[in-house]
This record gives sequence, structure tokens and C-alpha cells, in this order.
Amino acid sequence: MSARDNILQRLRERSSAPQPAPLSDFSVVTGRQWTAEERVAHFERWISSVHGEIIHCRKDNWREALVGILSDKGVQRLALGRTNDVAREAREWLGENSVELVDVDRDIGDWQREMFERVDAGLTSTLGAIAETGSLWLWPTPDEPRLLSLVPPLHIAVLDADRIEDTLFDVMSRHGWAEGMPTNALLISGPSKTADIEQTLAYGVHGPRELVILLRH
Amino acid sequence: MSQPVEIFTPQQFHRQAQDALGNPQVRANFRKAMDGLMVKRRDAFAEWQLEELRQLGANIRLRALSRLPDLLEQLEERCEANGIRVHWAEDGEQACRIVTDICQQHGARSVIKGKSMVSEEMHLNAHLDKAGIEALESDLGEYLVQLNEQTPSHIIMPAIHLNTDQISDIMHERTGTERTRDVDTMTAAARAQLRERFMAADVGVSGVNFAVAETGTLCLVENEGNGRMTTTVPPVHVAVTGIEKVVEHLADVPPLYALLTRSATGQHVTTYFNMISSPRRDGEHDGPREVHLVLVDNGRSRIYQDDELLDTLRCIRCGACMNHCPVYTRVGGHTYGTTYPGPIGSILMPHLLGLEATQDLPTASSLCGACGEVCPVKIPIPDLLVRLRREAVGEGEGNVPGAGVKRSTREVAAWKSWQWLATHPSAWRGTTGIIGKLRGLAPEHLGPWTEYRSAPKPAAVSLHTLIKRRRQEDQS
Repeated sequence: MSARDNILQRLRERSSAPQPAPLSDFSVVTGRQWTAEERVAHFERWISSVHGEIIHCRKDNWREALVGILSDKGVQRLALGRTNDVAREAREWLGENSVELVDVDRDIGDWQREMFERVDAGLTSTLGAIAETGSLWLWPTPDEPRLLSLVPPLHIAVLDADRIEDTLFDVMSRHGWAEGMPTNALLISGPSKTADIEQTLAYGVHGPRELVILLRH
Repeated sequence: MSQPVEIFTPQQFHRQAQDALGNPQVRANFRKAMDGLMVKRRDAFAEWQLEELRQLGANIRLRALSRLPDLLEQLEERCEANGIRVHWAEDGEQACRIVTDICQQHGARSVIKGKSMVSEEMHLNAHLDKAGIEALESDLGEYLVQLNEQTPSHIIMPAIHLNTDQISDIMHERTGTERTRDVDTMTAAARAQLRERFMAADVGVSGVNFAVAETGTLCLVENEGNGRMTTTVPPVHVAVTGIEKVVEHLADVPPLYALLTRSATGQHVTTYFNMISSPRRDGEHDGPREVHLVLVDNGRSRIYQDDELLDTLRCIRCGACMNHCPVYTRVGGHTYGTTYPGPIGSILMPHLLGLEATQDLPTASSLCGACGEVCPVKIPIPDLLVRLRREAVGEGEGNVPGAGVKRSTREVAAWKSWQWLATHPSAWRGTTGIIGKLRGLAPEHLGPWTEYRSAPKPAAVSLHTLIKRRRQEDQS
């Protein structure tokens, strides 16, 4: 018999009686009933506590805010998508600026070293966020691949305030995650960090050192 | 690099504990870390209905275990449908062979690893090394421990036994990093060293925190991003997991994730929660082209046979029991000499290695109950420690290999005599009377008992007699 069959047989031929399957009451992870303002406040509190930087802006002036961040952080090469709304608008606006735009809609094998060594920042859209933990919700796509939010030292994420929901459980159930998970689904809460050296927090150990969120109202 | 300089074994628990207790550096490193973690955990749950959340976590794990074989089949089916290849391993050796075969099929020379306690349990690095494949740990703590030719001393914080100066020395000696006490500088150096290795690796190996049967999703919890790198950059990703890590529904994950991060390090959330459901699809520009999942039994299906011990399989590997254990806090993780140290290790390792090798571990506890009190999924760790103590001396009917290994004929005879005396009043009175008269001959030393205590001295007159006398005096 194969290892698979042996293992399953051992599990099935349990000598004791079947284990009970207790009911699960999920009310403790849902039902927060927060208002829109409370959601934003919770989100900001928690993402700030893990070193995420929030820039509040309006939907009609977020691109100016983006230009300000790029200038403040000294970004010269910005990687971004092409077809999603955030990338399209950013490209239109940044076309007149001195920032070099790096296309990410190409096989990473062809430009991995460039991505690792020469890109200063990655700009991504987000699908939403979780107020309770200050987490961004991203499902990478061919337009915005996985490494865009991971490899550059600065990750700039654009989030609409009305896409913040209360809890992870709420997001998963309301958006039917279980009915169709993508290749890779991500929650991101702050920049990459470690406390492995004597419990001292250090940022940017493998991923971005900084996470800036343009929160559009 | 994979052979530890100092080998710690569970058989040497007492000697290792003596060494650790006599090492002020080890004691200071652990004390400082664990005190901080206890406070952080308490604060992290301050705004939560903790008991409700723990009960939910326990129920989710129990439900998954009640349907374990069905859920494993469902997980396999969903993963395969998503394009993830599933492998089954009865023991660590077989699991190592599976991973090595996958590496060899791709002509791999270099493997980059995310954190995985199952791979520690399997001794995967040593196995790959023998096959001429270099395995490099990418979690900073694991990387430092590997550089120092050690094993992790904690399941969440592998390098917790080292302080900044020690780490500075290790990095200087092994990688040429300039000596510094600046943690940012050291972290940046490690980042630079490992980035090259992510790009060069042929295969990425990771663990799994939760495997979701409903969707065929592998969930990975981390702060550093090394897990995301490991599972994204190399062309092949191999995930290894114990068979107990499966959960039924995706909706089961949020409560367990909430419990895990807060219990482990007192964080309300980790930086990354990475959910992988398939290899790179057509049109996608990054991610591995192959994903493999290795389901490892390694004694777990034996644990599954026993209703009581099955609770061990609920564990979500948060390490809270270690952080709160007065024994672990003083002696540190290496003392236990096993992959999983601390209270959870003391109930898990006897199952996996047998009681011959691990007979001292169930006694490495004050039974204060802290481990059971903080366990996010309510594993009754103290009860299980007592159960294993009983089995070690041959009492009860368990299925742990090596039951009865600590049974001592002298001890059994002593307790039987005690029992007989205590249930026969005249014999009791006679014996205690003689002992009282001969009290001057009582030994000053009673083995290990008197190393830190005074030897008990029999009273000249028994308590029973004293009370009797006092009553007589009162009446007169």
C-alpha cells in the first residue's frame, strides 16, 4: 500500500469512538457594527502601530499626493502596472515628472535582477482593507504581480476609504473568497519587519522598509 | 553547516538543564525575552472576548480533527485541481526523500527555506546536504542559528537564546559583516546576503500554518517577507506540513490567525498573511511554476488513535506555552534536546520519539498550569503531562511507545508498603513509633532531593499522638 493509503487507513481505523465535532460560533470575529468613520479610525490606528504611513487624500487629488511622496522619498524608478485604474491614472500624471516608470507586465525571469536592485518603489492598488487589524487586501494579478508589493524598498498602496471593512472574517464571507481563491491572496499590514535580534524591531529585513498608504476619501 | 557543534538530546535533559541554569547569559536572554512576551500577549487580547475566541479556536481544531481523513482527501483533491502536486510521507525520512527527489528532478543545487518546524523535525537540511544540495534558512532567526551551527531554541523565535553581541560576533565570523551593536545595520547586512540567495535558489521550501481543505489553500503567517520570497522567487515551491494542520473551511482561518499572532508574539496581526492556492497560471508574470505539498505523518496518526492524547494535534504552534512556562523560561529551548521544546514539546515529543528517549520531559514542569491557561486552543497540557508521567511509570493504558520505561521496582515496593501501612492502623502506629525512636539514625542525604533541601527528620512523637495527648489534657 502507498504511504497515502497507510496514513488514511490508520486515521480511519481509529480504535476509539468517533471524535465529536463541536459547533463553531463565529460571532466573536464578526458583528463589529462600526461606522465608516470608526472603520477608518481603527484601520489608521492599527496600520500606524506597525509602522504603516497613511496619507489622507481625496479621490481627485491623490495623484498630487503621490508625486509628493515620490519626491519626499527620493524615488527615481517606480514600478507599476498598466491597466488597472490606479496605474493608469498614475501613469498619466507621472508622465510629466522626472520619475522613471518601470513596467511590471512582463516575465520576472527577464528582469529579476533589475527589480531587486534598481527599482526604488512599487505602486499597487488594493482590493480593500480590514479595520480590525489594519491590513491591506491584495490579490496580485498579471498587471500587478506578487513581487511588486514585496521587492522594492518602498511599497505605495492606494486604498479607498469606502473599501475598508470590519474584520477578516467579514471580508472573506462578504466577497465569497471560498468560491474562488486566486493563485495568491495577500494581507499586508505594515512594512517587512523582524525582532529576531534580541527582540529589537528592525524594518525592511527582506521586503519593503516602508509602506505608505494613500487613503482616498 | 547543518551539523550542530553542540548536540542536545532529550536523554541529557538534566545535565543540559544544569548547564543552562549555570549560564547567566542564557538565563538573562530568556528571562528578558519571555517577560516581554507575556506582557505583550496579555495586552494583545485586552480588547477581545478571549474565552469565546479560545473556545472557537478549540472547536474549529476539534472539528477538523474529527474529520481528519476526509479533510486530507478533500485537501488533496482541491490542491491537485488547482495544480498543486500532493505527496504523502509516513515518516521524516520518507518526507526528506520526497523533497530531495523533487529537487533532483529539477537539477537543484541550492534550496532556500522559509521557517518550517516540520522540516526541523525531519532533519531536512542534513538530508539535502548529503544529497549535495545546499539548504539555506531565510528567516533571520533561523539564518543566524544556522550560521552558528545550532538548532532553533524556540519555535517562533529561533535565535531567542542569543543576544545582540553574540549575533554580531556570529555575523562577523561567518559572513564578514562589520562588528556592530546596531540592529538595523545587521538586518540590512542579512537582507543583502539573502537577496542574492533568493534569486539564485532553484527550489523554495516552506512550512504551512493552515491548509484549507475547502479551497486547497496553503496559508503562511510571517513578518519578514522571507516566506513570500521563498514561495514566489524560485521556480519550484515545496510546502511541507504535518497532516494535522488541515482546517475544513476558509472561514475557519480568521479566528485561528487572530489567536496565533496574539498568542505567539503579542502582535495584533503579522505583516504578511500569504494564501497560496496554485502555481503561476498562464499570463501571470511571477510565482513558482510548480507547487508541491508534502503531507507528513511521522507519528501523528498514532497520536490520533487516543482520545486524550489527540488534543496534542490541536496545537497551532504559537509557542505561548513556552513563553509562560517557568521551566522553559529558566532553562531555554535547547535544554529539552528536541525539535519542539517547552510544555507542548514535552507532550508532543514522547509521542514522536517514544518515552525511552523522552522520559524526563513530562517531569520538566512545575504543573503550575500556566501553559494550559494560555493555550489558544485549550489543550489541557498539564493533564497530558500527568498522563505521560503515569505512562512512563507503567500506569494507565496508553499507546505511547516506551510506556513503563521509568518503572522502578524499589519505588513500586515502597509505595505498596506505604499503602499497606496507611491502611492498617496498628501496624502504622507501631512503625511510626519505632521510626520516632530511631530518628537519630535518619540519613542526612537522600540523593538529589537533598541537593537543594534539608533531609526530613522524623518527629519524636507522631502528630496523631500529639493530638490525642492535647485532647486528653483539654478534657482533664
